Amino acid sequence: MTTTSLFAPSRRRVLQGMGAGLVTAALPGHVWAQSAPLKIGFQLHRTGIGAAYGRWYERTTTAAATAINAAGGIGGRPVEIVFEDDATDPKRGAEVVEKLAGPAGCDLIMGTLFSHVVMGSAPRAGELKIPYLVCSEGYHVASGALNRWTLQPGITDVRAQISTMAPWVSQNLGKKVTMVFPDYAFGHDHRDFFTQAIAAQGGEVIAHIAIPPTETSFTRYFPQIPAETEVLYHVMVGPAVLTFVKELGEFYGTGAKPALFGFVDSLEAVDTATPGLEFLEGTHFWEGHCRVKPADATEAETAYRAAVGVDDNGASVSDTKDVATYAHMFSCWETLYFIKQTVETSGYAGVADRQKLVEAMEAVTDLPAGPERPQGAMRFDGKKHQVFGSQNISKIEGGKLVRVHQTTIEEGLYDNDTDYTAMSF
Amino acid sequence: MAFGPFLLLALMEGMVTAAVLSLAAVGLSLVFGVMRVVNVAHGEFFMLGAVIAWFVTGMIPGPPWLAFLAALAIAPLLVGALAAAADGLILKRLNYDPEATIVATIGLMYMIQQAALTFYGPDARPVLAPFEWRVQLPWFGTSGYKFFVVGAAILLLLAVWQLMTRTKAGLVMRATQVDRDTARAFGINVDRVYMGTFALGAGLAAAAAVLVVPISQAHYLMGHDPLLLSFIVVIIGGLGSLRGTVIAALIIGLSDGVISMFFSPTLAKILATLLVAMVLVFRPQGLFGART
Repeated sequence: MTTTSLFAPSRRRVLQGMGAGLVTAALPGHVWAQSAPLKIGFQLHRTGIGAAYGRWYERTTTAAATAINAAGGIGGRPVEIVFEDDATDPKRGAEVVEKLAGPAGCDLIMGTLFSHVVMGSAPRAGELKIPYLVCSEGYHVASGALNRWTLQPGITDVRAQISTMAPWVSQNLGKKVTMVFPDYAFGHDHRDFFTQAIAAQGGEVIAHIAIPPTETSFTRYFPQIPAETEVLYHVMVGPAVLTFVKELGEFYGTGAKPALFGFVDSLEAVDTATPGLEFLEGTHFWEGHCRVKPADATEAETAYRAAVGVDDNGASVSDTKDVATYAHMFSCWETLYFIKQTVETSGYAGVADRQKLVEAMEAVTDLPAGPERPQGAMRFDGKKHQVFGSQNISKIEGGKLVRVHQTTIEEGLYDNDTDYTAMSF
Repeated sequence: MAFGPFLLLALMEGMVTAAVLSLAAVGLSLVFGVMRVVNVAHGEFFMLGAVIAWFVTGMIPGPPWLAFLAALAIAPLLVGALAAAADGLILKRLNYDPEATIVATIGLMYMIQQAALTFYGPDARPVLAPFEWRVQLPWFGTSGYKFFVVGAAILLLLAVWQLMTRTKAGLVMRATQVDRDTARAFGINVDRVYMGTFALGAGLAAAAAVLVVPISQAHYLMGHDPLLLSFIVVIIGGLGSLRGTVIAALIIGLSDGVISMFFSPTLAKILATLLVAMVLVFRPQGLFGART
């Protein structure tokens, strides 16, 4: 019987060990020199009411990280994304921030979309002094309600989006508007700023219809739409969006209906050619990034579509029924490139440099279009911690969203008192 | 919109709620009446019915009505079989102890919900209605399928009524409900009655879900509201009373439709909960429950 143990190795074992050591020593130098990865925590809505967005936010971010790593990483370090599900729940969101900042050892956190989760998580990120880059659209960042550690560098906020939509709506669709929106922070941004913006155009919101975010049946709300409504402005989120638009179609049926202007949130991850949605033909939608590839698409746009696995109609290349949340998900891609740019300019080396990193982010201004920003050029406002880009209005023609108007960055800029740079860390 | 059409739409919406709710609540009420088990997992049986309907309609080729009818047959059977297994594996081993079964069905609720999340996913998925028929009234349009939901629910309820009052199985179930020990003394296999009742209760929830899923999509979290409303209905109607359950479902469904249209859905929920509190204080056995 032969036994081998660590303390009394056989001759064969010793030789094997020496051989392995020699092979290791002979490996190329860069394997030795490779540095620890930059760990980015991603607060992901993998389950709960934000799951459709979560699926695509994960794919987009993974694609961006793959592209960055293939091009040499960030500051010579590879990027590692640590995805953690928050169930689209604010309380769980704060716990996810703690987990990513603590045990997971992330350098910074990004990716949160739903505004109630942002509101529930950002204070904890501020307490833990970890950069927290949200992809949420909400006005909560630029309003000054959050903290020095929370920034939104990948997507324009709702206030700016809306102020560019209102002139077009009042000139092309009508001036008497009824609004249907979710009854929480994100919907309230729509309510407050559109009401203000349309009034500035000489129009008027004649009814506000707030719908609880967990609602699954909508017909009961539609009779509240006043008959004199010229434009029905709708924005809805969550798993029931398809039910919402279908019931809207059933309600109006073949009868007379107001012009419809929606935020594409009401249709994200929903195929516009779904049976029952024919009534949407000829209606208009805001889009952050056009789902259907425009005829004048840039090279960067084409490359981005291929990288995230989306076809020219905005569905997954592997499953045409799996429609992307295309109007929003570019924010993940652009946020990751924003991180790359600022980590490199600040010389960020580890968690001790987090403050330096935020200061470098605040110093960013122009963000030109290119492979890093397939949606187009952006402008970052370091005081507001908010980025501003151009917006699109698309019309459904033949069951597809076709862009009919594009706004400029300047149209969306606004003044407020927010100055995060004056806040302490 | 004028008052008349407004009220009509409110009543129509309320009828759909009442129809679905009465099916789900009758299932819950049967289980409580016969077995004295408060089934907290009832909403998840409802959800499973909708999820299975999604799988079945996706697998069966041919016209939508055929796939839908198949789902209406298969989903309650599968859910009933699962419930029967849960009864044999869990509830029976707890000797149907009221406190223990509440905790056990809470556990079951989470297991079914998480299993649906794992195998079905977090997305809301649509199921095609068996037919596309849009009714255009002078003031508004509505889906003709909603009338079908109400009709089908009435037929299913009549079938349950027949089963309970006209068949031997119903007689045995009622005998067990009145006195479990005496029923056993007369040679009734109480274990089998319990298993059958639990399966029937779950099957009714699943059938309700198959009916409503073309209107509302299948989602792994959809069981919460039906559970809550079923409890409200069963408490108001009187635990174990089928007639009371159906009447309470009509009251809650129609008042929910009307109040949420004329005022707000939140107020409708507040009033329903207030009604439960009032019933519990002034008539704890429910409107139609027998005094014990």
